[in-house]
Amino acid sequence: MTETSSPDSLATPGSVGIVTPQTLHFDQPLRLSCGVDLPQHDIVFETYGQLNADKSNAVLICHALSGHHHAAGRHSEADRKPGWWDSCIGPGKPIDTNHFFVLSINNIGGCHGSTGPRSINPATGKPWGASFPHLRCRDWVESQRLMMRHFGIDQWAAIVGGSLGGMQAMRWSLEYPDEVRHCLVIASAMKLSAQNIAFNEVARQAITSDPDFHGGDYLEHNTLPRTGLALARMVGHITYLSEDGMKQKFGRELKAGDLRLGSVGPVEFQVESYLRHQGETFANSFDANTYILMTRALDYFDLAREYDDDPVAAFRHAKCSFFVVSFTSDWRFSPARSREIVDALVAANRPVSYAEIEADHGHDAFLIPIPRYMQAFHSYMQRVKEEINHAS
Amino acid sequence: MRHDLTLIQPWIQQGARVLDLGCGDGTLLAALRDQRGAFGIGLEIDHDNINQALARGVNVIEHDLNTGLANFRDNSFDMVVMTMALQTLRYPHLVIDEMLRVGRECVVTFPNFGYWRSRWYLGTKGKMPVSKFLPYTWYDTPNIHFCTVRDFDQLCEDKGIRILNSRYIDASNSQGALCARMPNLLSVTAVYHISK
Repeated sequence: MTETSSPDSLATPGSVGIVTPQTLHFDQPLRLSCGVDLPQHDIVFETYGQLNADKSNAVLICHALSGHHHAAGRHSEADRKPGWWDSCIGPGKPIDTNHFFVLSINNIGGCHGSTGPRSINPATGKPWGASFPHLRCRDWVESQRLMMRHFGIDQWAAIVGGSLGGMQAMRWSLEYPDEVRHCLVIASAMKLSAQNIAFNEVARQAITSDPDFHGGDYLEHNTLPRTGLALARMVGHITYLSEDGMKQKFGRELKAGDLRLGSVGPVEFQVESYLRHQGETFANSFDANTYILMTRALDYFDLAREYDDDPVAAFRHAKCSFFVVSFTSDWRFSPARSREIVDALVAANRPVSYAEIEADHGHDAFLIPIPRYMQAFHSYMQRVKEEINHAS
Repeated sequence: MRHDLTLIQPWIQQGARVLDLGCGDGTLLAALRDQRGAFGIGLEIDHDNINQALARGVNVIEHDLNTGLANFRDNSFDMVVMTMALQTLRYPHLVIDEMLRVGRECVVTFPNFGYWRSRWYLGTKGKMPVSKFLPYTWYDTPNIHFCTVRDFDQLCEDKGIRILNSRYIDASNSQGALCARMPNLLSVTAVYHISK
């Protein structure tokens, strides 16, 4: 079962080709960790590659804050940009679709088709808006597990996620240890720092203080809090980049105006115009309530909370092998946060590998095909692949 | 496989937990996994080595040994191994202390700088020895703390480290009887099995 097709005219090397998203409807209620039942829900997803006969080659991709189901390939020939992780998923790429069946879904609470704040609440007939129940990472694990059952998969060959996606992958390893063979945690952390939470709060405040927000019921008012959402994204975006990366990309170059004394008129730095553009583009494609919901889920995540705040005790529940990757210039989820994961795994007697990739792209590096990153990722997935071959 | 790595294997018990400091491309850990069912984790700093170890299915953690082993718990491994890396460390004696804290037993192998050819090279040429075995020039070498068999024995005595076993490999890559009698002069590589 696959939605992937790659006609000859589109056979770009390494691309999964043209992909079509699908929707799955779940009628049974999903009990969320906040105690609320989601009476029914839709999940939008894409798949790449073929599921093998014994269903042992399935890889789940968990998306980060603003990600969704479209991780690889293009939706049409005219599509300007491929999916958000196209650098890592495709024939010959680290997650090699010649060998793996890849499932990428838009999490519930999202705004790209899966049930979320923009969906209609069947109880009221109106969009959920701000009343959409609070979500935790584990809720996504539960909903992903329903998808797993739908495909008849008993165990993931690997669960792979960057950032917030890495948190979902780790949560999987603790909640359903028998259903995961490998857990790849990229640019992630066991919990957010106070500084992380502070940035998220600034972003949320930017959204909620927009006069068009209307307490989250902006759809009913036929408006959108674009300014607030753009501002939130600008703050977020700064934290995804590194100082060196920004310096290299923009320096202090001007887009408009003149900094000489005596000159009049507005001055605009390149970096200002770049951020504004990023913010506006985002505000046109993302939902403000989803942004609030997802940043809250990030803030709430604490891997070891239920294990007496002892990550070693937590990881003793896991049975899979782990691969942890960090990037040197990532100050949002710094290498030190990843080393905490690694140390806890070692202390818990779990098989773990770790690579710290030299990169000046900040947190965003996990989306960029940095040669050493791709090599290490590829080598690890090679091991996952060989295990499948040995087993069959 | 390198002779020192082959020598080590019988000292590792079936199913042991092994930490390999400077695990290189993971050759030893892969062999211990396949032949002795060991659970191994390697620490390595060289990117190519890390990649090769990953491809071998060896658990490898990017880690600079010069930053110590503070993140590893006391006695958390049955065996801590360090092959041919002692001479590259900034404070080798502190790393040995750490190895003995983290592991119940340890294995250290190192090139013996007391080997007669090194002495002869330095004595006759007055220059730092360069050989096929240690091909670096003095300025670009990763080796900054060469020692001899006698130096290492001295270190163990000073620190009260127990030498459970030692083996000496000569130039013909075997353990000759003469080499065993005069290891400081005749061994190229020394292999020590130690504990607290």
